[in-house]
Amino acid sequence: MRIQILSRIGSAWRVAILAVFFFSVLNSTLYAQEEGITREFSGNVSLENRFFLNDGIYQGQHRNYLSMSFTPEYLVEWKEGKKSIKFIGFARVDQYDSKRTHFDIRELYYQVVKTDWELSIGLKKIFWGVTESAHLVDIINQTDVVESFDGEQKLGQPMVHFSYLSTVGTFDLFAMPYFRKRQFPGREGRLRPAFLIDKGDFTFESSAEEYRPDFAIRWSHFVGAFDIGLSHFYGTGREQFFSPNADGSIDIFYGIINQTGLDVQATTGPILWKLEGILRESDFQDMKALATGIEYTFGNVWNSGIDIGLVGEYLYDDRDNLAFSSLQDDLFFATRLAFNDTQDTQILLGGIFDRERSSELISLEGSRRFGSSWKGVIEARLLNDIDTKEFIYFVREDSFLQFSLAKYF
Amino acid sequence: MKTIFTYILTVLTITLFAQSAEEKGLEIAKKADLVDLGFESSSVKMTMILTNKQGQESTRFLQNKTLELTEDGDKSLVVFNSPKDVQGTATMTFTHKEGPDDQWLYLPALKRVKRISSSNKSGPFVGSEFAFEDLSSQEVEKYTYKYIEETGGNHVVERYPVDPKSGYTKQIVYWNAENFRIEKIEFFDRRGALLKTLNYGGYQLYLGKHWRADELSMENHQSNKKTKLIFEDYAFKIGLADNDFSQNSLIRAGR
Repeated sequence: MRIQILSRIGSAWRVAILAVFFFSVLNSTLYAQEEGITREFSGNVSLENRFFLNDGIYQGQHRNYLSMSFTPEYLVEWKEGKKSIKFIGFARVDQYDSKRTHFDIRELYYQVVKTDWELSIGLKKIFWGVTESAHLVDIINQTDVVESFDGEQKLGQPMVHFSYLSTVGTFDLFAMPYFRKRQFPGREGRLRPAFLIDKGDFTFESSAEEYRPDFAIRWSHFVGAFDIGLSHFYGTGREQFFSPNADGSIDIFYGIINQTGLDVQATTGPILWKLEGILRESDFQDMKALATGIEYTFGNVWNSGIDIGLVGEYLYDDRDNLAFSSLQDDLFFATRLAFNDTQDTQILLGGIFDRERSSELISLEGSRRFGSSWKGVIEARLLNDIDTKEFIYFVREDSFLQFSLAKYF
Repeated sequence: MKTIFTYILTVLTITLFAQSAEEKGLEIAKKADLVDLGFESSSVKMTMILTNKQGQESTRFLQNKTLELTEDGDKSLVVFNSPKDVQGTATMTFTHKEGPDDQWLYLPALKRVKRISSSNKSGPFVGSEFAFEDLSSQEVEKYTYKYIEETGGNHVVERYPVDPKSGYTKQIVYWNAENFRIEKIEFFDRRGALLKTLNYGGYQLYLGKHWRADELSMENHQSNKKTKLIFEDYAFKIGLADNDFSQNSLIRAGR
């Protein structure tokens, strides 16, 4: 009965209901110890306009999309910050894309900190990794696909996270009781495959579906110039599998995976040497992927205060044509300009070039603060000569230019 | 016979007790460092007021925590509270007496901790007139010294950065002869021209031993821009330890 009710409501709502329940329980314990509490409310409201350079290939798509997002944040700390509750919400309303109109609880967790350990319970976001063009080892949170083309925005992941600090490094343990499905764009949305992927279309390898728990462990340490992380994940993989049926239809499902990840960075003078690698095993597909490269920063060029960073990375994925990221044998080059002015002006220009095919992906991001609490961002993503064999062939006509203006409070 | 004896004694005295200007400069720097030893750990709130050529001001709020270490350089954590769009951005620095410092940056939007290069010392800190190297822990070993004179109650010492990546060829430091607190620093750029002057104001004595200025005023003579750094709510011996300077602490500081 309970499951039946839950299955009628969307996953974000389910998470929200659990979160509110959790929050109210904590809040009542919190008010019992009123002393030395600090509360802080902040966040931002952003207006965004995304303009696609070409007409959409699929029916119902538009050229220009206006949207608005709201990101509220709330932090309560007590016992000198040794105990806290953090909340970050996110909501977007999109002019046409009904699936990009979505909301999520990015974070809502209770944390206790002791001398050599900390424990967090709730929805949280965790980042692992060192490279810029791909985030291979970063597996804890599901990607918010409708929110970010580059996959950098993530959905809040329910978890119990225990972190232990020792003289031989930090050990992080994760138990994750609930899986979040990816949300793909709706019929009128751009940056989507030819067929529509609804959340209901997914099936699971596990009969427990979203309720099958995931587990992860990570060891990280730094010694001199080296920062090292070694991780293992066992549970439902965040990336979906596609399997074509005899009748031409496609099955989309989430399988159980074992993934081991390694991330290493060596910091020597102005050069950062980076490497990320993963080994993933499942009943359907085994894979290996690698991202490696360097980042070099020319600081304070000609005493102008400007920093120029150069990034070069190589990306490999042994799934070849089945690589969902389409980064099976690619090179990434980027330059980052940080003006270090009072308005924090920054420009990032990058390109991913396929070594075997014609596919090119160029991106430009520029941002600047206006006054003391406004921020403007320009973003362009240009897809060029996308090879028919790659997944991103679906979005070959979806080059776009985007402006956004956000008010922070 | 007596005159020869006096002569030998004089020569001995000079060689034994007279210091070179370099030695005396180093001695002052060591003394100033020694006088301030023993604060163990500290925290402070900072307000940074940036003034451009036209006199327009912009303000930043930061918080700093420091762990004093004697074998090696200090550890510190800096968090931005404003401007709001960078709220929660934090840096953690492990200063080393010799060799490059270790530094991590926390980006709250991505929840990402990134080890960054500390070799860019001469660049401006968030658009201010303070360079990164002006704000990092001032370890004695980071400079060589030359004593100039005692004037107006101050020891005037020239110091030369050891690191070739420094933006300066020379700094002239005015150490108060009585209590060894810094009253003023003049910075000279790579061409040897006077670039900036830093004045220390509103000194207060904490725990009967540690002098801390309430206000640092940096003036750039070449660009005519100014940055004022105001310190509030100083606290010392707050019980911080190595574990309070981990990547987890950096994430927590920035949220």
